[in-house]
Amino acid sequence: MWLKLGQRLVSLTIVMFLVATMVFFLTRLAPGDPAALMLGDQATAEDIAQLRQVYGLDKPILIQFVLWLKEVASGNLGHSIFLQRPVIQAIAERAEPTFFLALFSVAIAALVGIPAGIVSAVWRGRLVDQIVSGLAMLAANIPSFWLGLIFIQLFAVRLGWFPVAGYGEPGAPFVERLTHLALPATVLGIVNSALIVRFTRASLLDVLSDDYVRTARSKGLSEARVVLRHAFGNALVPIVTVVALTAALLVGGAIVTETVFGLPGIGNLVVSAVLRRDYPVIQGALMVVAAVYVLINLLTDIIYTFADPRVRY
Amino acid sequence: MMGNQHLLAIKDLEVRFRTEDGEVTPVRGVTLSVGAGETVALVGESGSGKSVTSLATMGLLPRPAGRVSGGQILFHRRSGEITDLVTLPLPELRKLRGSEIAMIFQEPMTSLNPVMTVGEQIAESVRLHMGLGHGAALRRAEEMLGLVEIPNARHRIHEYPHQMSGGMRQRVMIALAMSCNPSLLIADEPTTALDVTIQAQILALIGRLQRDLGMGVLFITHNLGVVAEIADRVTVMYAGQVVETGSVREIFRAPRHPYTSALLNCLPARARHREDGRRVVQSIPGSVEFGKEGCSFAPRCTLAADICRTGAVTLDDETERSVRCLRWREILA
Ligand SMILES: Nc1ncnc2c1ncn2[C@@H]1O[C@H](COP(=O)(O)OP(=O)(O)O)[C@@H](O)[C@H]1O
Ligand SMILES: [Mg+2]
Repeated sequence: MWLKLGQRLVSLTIVMFLVATMVFFLTRLAPGDPAALMLGDQATAEDIAQLRQVYGLDKPILIQFVLWLKEVASGNLGHSIFLQRPVIQAIAERAEPTFFLALFSVAIAALVGIPAGIVSAVWRGRLVDQIVSGLAMLAANIPSFWLGLIFIQLFAVRLGWFPVAGYGEPGAPFVERLTHLALPATVLGIVNSALIVRFTRASLLDVLSDDYVRTARSKGLSEARVVLRHAFGNALVPIVTVVALTAALLVGGAIVTETVFGLPGIGNLVVSAVLRRDYPVIQGALMVVAAVYVLINLLTDIIYTFADPRVRY
Repeated sequence: MMGNQHLLAIKDLEVRFRTEDGEVTPVRGVTLSVGAGETVALVGESGSGKSVTSLATMGLLPRPAGRVSGGQILFHRRSGEITDLVTLPLPELRKLRGSEIAMIFQEPMTSLNPVMTVGEQIAESVRLHMGLGHGAALRRAEEMLGLVEIPNARHRIHEYPHQMSGGMRQRVMIALAMSCNPSLLIADEPTTALDVTIQAQILALIGRLQRDLGMGVLFITHNLGVVAEIADRVTVMYAGQVVETGSVREIFRAPRHPYTSALLNCLPARARHREDGRRVVQSIPGSVEFGKEGCSFAPRCTLAADICRTGAVTLDDETERSVRCLRWREILA
């Protein structure tokens, strides 16, 4: 198991290197110059050249890449061109809403999706199954920004139960900030539960016809125990996989939804950085997001070994 | 004469399955009985409906496709009551499963839950039916593994099925089935999937446990060779029907149904003793269609006459010895 984990770590390092390469060069593909953008229309060519030098933008691109890579490898994401602070700090300031939004969304998606999938599989072909499968189909095809707007209109504007937008005052108590996340997290959770419903249903149906399920019934166990302990226990690996996949997708989904709900998260940070060609921030944020993906992956592998003893030995 | 002393008495059982090409009736008129402490072999070639019969008894037919569409399955409970398992409500049936009636399946490699230790799987049943606590149930599991001759039981209760061989897994299945002292054990081809030396060991084990614990056993097999070793009585099935029932001695010495004779002829030790090698069956195994009329074995029977293809054939029931053949007296004469 430790050997396997070691192998994973090596391959993940390679993945991160490839990600870094892509992030760096794609960021520079778009035309535009941060120094010119920052200094505005009145700036002279000299001013611009000077600023480019300060940020190392005058060096050949490959040299810039190697220098940046060195810094990243030692954990330093550099300095923002516009925000006058380290990229790490800018990300940390914006991480909270994104992190909690993604976390709550995954939790809602799993808490809705897994039980719905179980119910759907157990009563396959019956009315509940048709309703659940229909709703899942609907949820899968709703764009999250559209549902977001509907929710804002209904629950925030019309009913006034939740704040319309934003993340509260900077110094507001934690709980109050969380109320700002209720609507967006619900929207994202619902939209993303669809995949979990379908996966849970399919993997449970797959194992429900296995021989050991029949054995469990032959022992006189209740149907609830047969399904939840014996069948679900064996369907866990694919279900963990889809929840992890959802979590990874939600990091991206959170970034889009943030914009709809005006949350000052990573998504907002990246959007404004892109508009200003703030390369260090774009690169840094993308690296952090990629690192989160990779971590989710690693975590999933570790959960597998708990879910299935055959992986462990 | 299926009276009170029978532990299990199946009468005229009929099972139907809904399939994509309409309804099929793989079991149509099965009558058999198992006495307390008795071993009855249910024999027949593959596809004759043996597993479906046993699953119907356990109430484990795949739902919603399969259902019992006729007949009775009378079971003599420990309480003294005689219950029809066909009409027994599911919650009541669950109380019997694993406690009074236990089952061993054909596929040891897939019949145990791969993500639970074998000890837990046995203990789960013990906790449910014997009301023991967690620790006591695990100790019972350990004791059961010892009983089925698994060495080092104390450690092996913590192992997962994939860490064990097929033979060991079947021993675990037996331990699981025996763990709550059932009065009836249904063993559906428990040795078919195992290699020959292991087969003999498992058979010996079931035989010993049967004698020591005194349960009734319905032993399902397609191999008549196994029957002589383990059974008191034999019920032969063909195409979803019982064609002959009798004691092991009677069946082996004087089979009445041509199909039983054919099965016996396939045994290597017997073939040599047949005086004239008279062939009673054209091919075994093979697929045949059977209609509503006549004997379902007629298309394959070399002794079939016109009447066999048209007449109504019933199970001629002489209490402990019965045969479903219109011409058996004629043929034997
Ligand atoms: N789930 C099912 N759906 C439809 N037909 C079935 C099903 N299970 C068994 N059968 C039919 O019942 C017949 C008897 O099967 P089975 O009892 O398994 O035979 P065996 O005597 O080999 O145990 C087979 O011909 C098979 O086609
Ligand atoms: Mg079978």
